[in-house]
Amino acid sequence: MNSISVKNVSKRFKNTLALDNISFNIEHGKIHGLLGRNGAGKSTLINIISNRIFADSGDITIDDETVVENNKMHDKIYCMSESNYYPNYKVINIFKWTNEFYDCFDFDKALNISKQFGLNVNKKLKNLSTGYNSIFKLVIALSLNTPYVIFDEPVLGLDANHRELFYKLLIEDYEKNGRTVIIATHLIEEVANLIEDVIIIDKGKLLLQSSIEDLMMEGYTVSGTKQDVEKYCIDENVIGYDEIAGMKIAYVMGYIKDDKLNDRLHISSINLQKLFVKLTDNGGV
Amino acid sequence: MNISSNTEKPIFIQIAEQIEDNIFTGVFKEEEKIPSTNEISTLLNINPHTVLKGMNILVEENIIYKRRGLGMFVKEGAVEQIRQKRKSMFYENYIQTLIKEADKLNMSKEQIVSLIEKGIDELRKE
Repeated sequence: MNSISVKNVSKRFKNTLALDNISFNIEHGKIHGLLGRNGAGKSTLINIISNRIFADSGDITIDDETVVENNKMHDKIYCMSESNYYPNYKVINIFKWTNEFYDCFDFDKALNISKQFGLNVNKKLKNLSTGYNSIFKLVIALSLNTPYVIFDEPVLGLDANHRELFYKLLIEDYEKNGRTVIIATHLIEEVANLIEDVIIIDKGKLLLQSSIEDLMMEGYTVSGTKQDVEKYCIDENVIGYDEIAGMKIAYVMGYIKDDKLNDRLHISSINLQKLFVKLTDNGGV
Repeated sequence: MNISSNTEKPIFIQIAEQIEDNIFTGVFKEEEKIPSTNEISTLLNINPHTVLKGMNILVEENIIYKRRGLGMFVKEGAVEQIRQKRKSMFYENYIQTLIKEADKLNMSKEQIVSLIEKGIDELRKE
């Protein structure tokens, strides 16, 4: 089966359990969002999937083959991550080596995308600004035609114009090559309409995996007077409340119960960011 | 086109409505090509599958059709068809909402009718 399968994966760093028996499947050919608060375990998970670190227990397979010490994975998955490995080298030289090491690297495309972003390829990595550092990594991820690609905080430090350009290039690449894309990001609103499926992890555990469409249909807000809202919410799956003056807003998962509604209650939709915040709101990790 | 994540309407419905509106107002003409899923999705940062889902609503309603390898085109007679559809929805979309609001305001039948007549007199200049 064409997919990434994560099965019962756990990882501990000294006293911190970074991943706690986490399992899910990532379907091939879609754009997935991987969401989680700081310290939720996103980067650990990404590093294990891309075989940069090892899990303490559990298995990860891509297209039914293990990712651990498997040379075939080299051409299957690429992960753009936060770390920099070669600060003293020029951008153009890293492109050249990437071209040597990967059959699926498109050198001309890398130069073309660099030009679109205004990235000076003759600069050394350590001399790039935060934004251009992200851009450099994006260029490589977009020019390597691996079937699976993971972007970890792809737009960190990018200005609005460059973010738009990145999303545009990503969609073009996705349409043309049908890659499976995983985006880990804190800028939820920006990717809300771009991703098809969402995986939310919290404190090393899988909190939720769903298609965006189902999630948007299941989540809603009920607002009105305190008494009305509280009465409505009995036996409902409420993920959070807000209160302003005499008005109470409840964030609810499930189907709207028409028989419990009255004229004073107002129902409206909930956006992905609000949903995420309410689901993971526990005063910080 | 402008898509909002904060309304009740799913994104693919909004896409369908806005393409339809652009056909109705003559931005996309009959027998001419409409933008590709790729163009719309990169313009609005929306997943191409979502855009396609919106377009497929219009394909099912016979407003646009696919020419193999060329893209989506507006069907001949699409404008008239949209007009008929909107006329049949007029009662549901506008009249019912109007009466409900009037009820909340305790307005009489005579008041509503006279306001409609006033609107026609003032807004229809011809």
